[in-house]
Amino acid sequence: MKIVVGMRQLADLVEELEVADSGVDIDRDFVKFVSNEWDEAALEEALLIKEQVGGEVVVVALDEPDVDQTLYSAIAKGADRAVKIVGVEEGWTPTRLRAQLLAKYLESEGDWDAFFTGVQAADDLDGQLAGLIGASLGVAHAAVVSKAEPEGPALRITQELGGGTLAESVAEGKVVLGVQAGRQAPRYAPITRIRQAMSSTTIESFEAPEVELGPGPKVRKLYPPESKGQATMLEGDPVEVAEKIVEIIRTKGLVR
Amino acid sequence: MSNEVLVINERVQGEIPDLTFELIGKGRELAQALGGSVSVAMIGDLSSLDAFGGADKVYTVEHPVFGSGYSAQAWEEAVAEVVAVARPKVVLFGTGTIGIDLAGSIAYREKAPLASYVVDLKVEGSDVVAVSQLYGGKLLAESLLEGETVVATVIAGSFPSEAGRSGGSPEVVSVAAPKSLDSLTLRPVAVKEPEKSGVDITAADLLVSVGRGVGSQANIEMLQELADALKVPLSASRPVIDQGWLPKPHQVGKSGKKVKPKVYLAFGISGAPEHLEGMRSSELIIACNTDPKAPIFEVAHYGTTLDLFDLVPEILEKLEA
Repeated sequence: MKIVVGMRQLADLVEELEVADSGVDIDRDFVKFVSNEWDEAALEEALLIKEQVGGEVVVVALDEPDVDQTLYSAIAKGADRAVKIVGVEEGWTPTRLRAQLLAKYLESEGDWDAFFTGVQAADDLDGQLAGLIGASLGVAHAAVVSKAEPEGPALRITQELGGGTLAESVAEGKVVLGVQAGRQAPRYAPITRIRQAMSSTTIESFEAPEVELGPGPKVRKLYPPESKGQATMLEGDPVEVAEKIVEIIRTKGLVR
Repeated sequence: MSNEVLVINERVQGEIPDLTFELIGKGRELAQALGGSVSVAMIGDLSSLDAFGGADKVYTVEHPVFGSGYSAQAWEEAVAEVVAVARPKVVLFGTGTIGIDLAGSIAYREKAPLASYVVDLKVEGSDVVAVSQLYGGKLLAESLLEGETVVATVIAGSFPSEAGRSGGSPEVVSVAAPKSLDSLTLRPVAVKEPEKSGVDITAADLLVSVGRGVGSQANIEMLQELADALKVPLSASRPVIDQGWLPKPHQVGKSGKKVKPKVYLAFGISGAPEHLEGMRSSELIIACNTDPKAPIFEVAHYGTTLDLFDLVPEILEKLEA
């Protein structure tokens, strides 16, 4: 089974995000970019399938800050090839544009069986990737996937419907999946393996073709939410704060 | 094109989700501003049709395939057919699995703009303005949606649901099932209810809940100790479950359980919208997170930015004293 995994870089949400002078994007100059965590789950699921039934895993990403690190790390984890889509304008890339570029790449790759990517990304203003790629290729798609298991030439897919309810379906033919969580947590690639991947692998380039971006939301402003400041902050050292918390629980009659 | 606002009822089985009523209520407001009506698309299971008194019209699509479970492809074909019949101005989904599955592809097929993670909507002239929650709730984006049809996916809890429950009697329009439903490549097989486990986090009066900030599986032990000392279950946010540090029945949030304890103690939880959806109705929320700007403090009643590793041992000591 040949699985292509779409990965991407995303501003590290652990860091403070500032709005750029344009007022419609984040200030990208001082932000650390990391791999989208859901894409890592998608990669893990693809690698598990390869280990079960053989085949090939190709990772593909747009040329974004520090993306080489993500691609080499994917190779170190067991992906066979890495492809970078180059020639894309810097800044926020609408998910729809991302989808159309990846769809063009997938058309050029031709003989793939499944495309996996993360269920969402924190800046998916105009929709999530799997549905948009599925629609642009005319291929069946499913999101919030928590399991994809080979069943002969098909894939048995489990989706989370919310509240712990699961939906199972079987994909016979090409399929695009937005993965929420793999069957296991994403594996770790030791730095020595990543270095090895860097010296032994060449990241392939795919020149971004011209695509006509369809209609999308026109961002008028990006701004931090007004703080309602609801929480009363408990002041003091750990001993004092612990005392206050226990007291609050006690007044609710939940501890003696 | 009409000025209709079409709400997609995201119910595969069981009860009609609250979110559908939220969308009908908000849809009514938008429809009034647009001079149009509100309709609901009901796919597959047609029970509780009379719940939609808040809408003017209900479109139904029936086909045997919906009896076998859920397939994104089957739902997409059915919803696309309803959209083709209704020609709505606005299509509203929730940000649940069905919304994430279908909003993008329906918008793509309709050549319509789509705004995701929406927490507010209003009409401006003949266009729609959406406010979306991005970057895990750290920023909001206001965007203009122009076009004959526009699509939005709304985060649950953004609008009151009561407004969508008023009691009228909507017209029922049966939409012929599209032929494409007979040749699906993504076949529904089954819908499985959550596995029963010894833990029921929804029944507890007090929950100790842990998030990504705990750092590792080994560190969970300290929080488990606190939960044990309080004789309550340990719950968690999604990253902890995805890492395999705690089993699924412990998960609070959109893809886990909705909880409403008297006290919710959140340690190392930043408060992503999906998590807040599952716990914001708790009577009292106490949050511990080292990031003073963490969105969890927007819903918490009490907060501290102390390190959980300094704080939890002290709480344990106080409890043992």
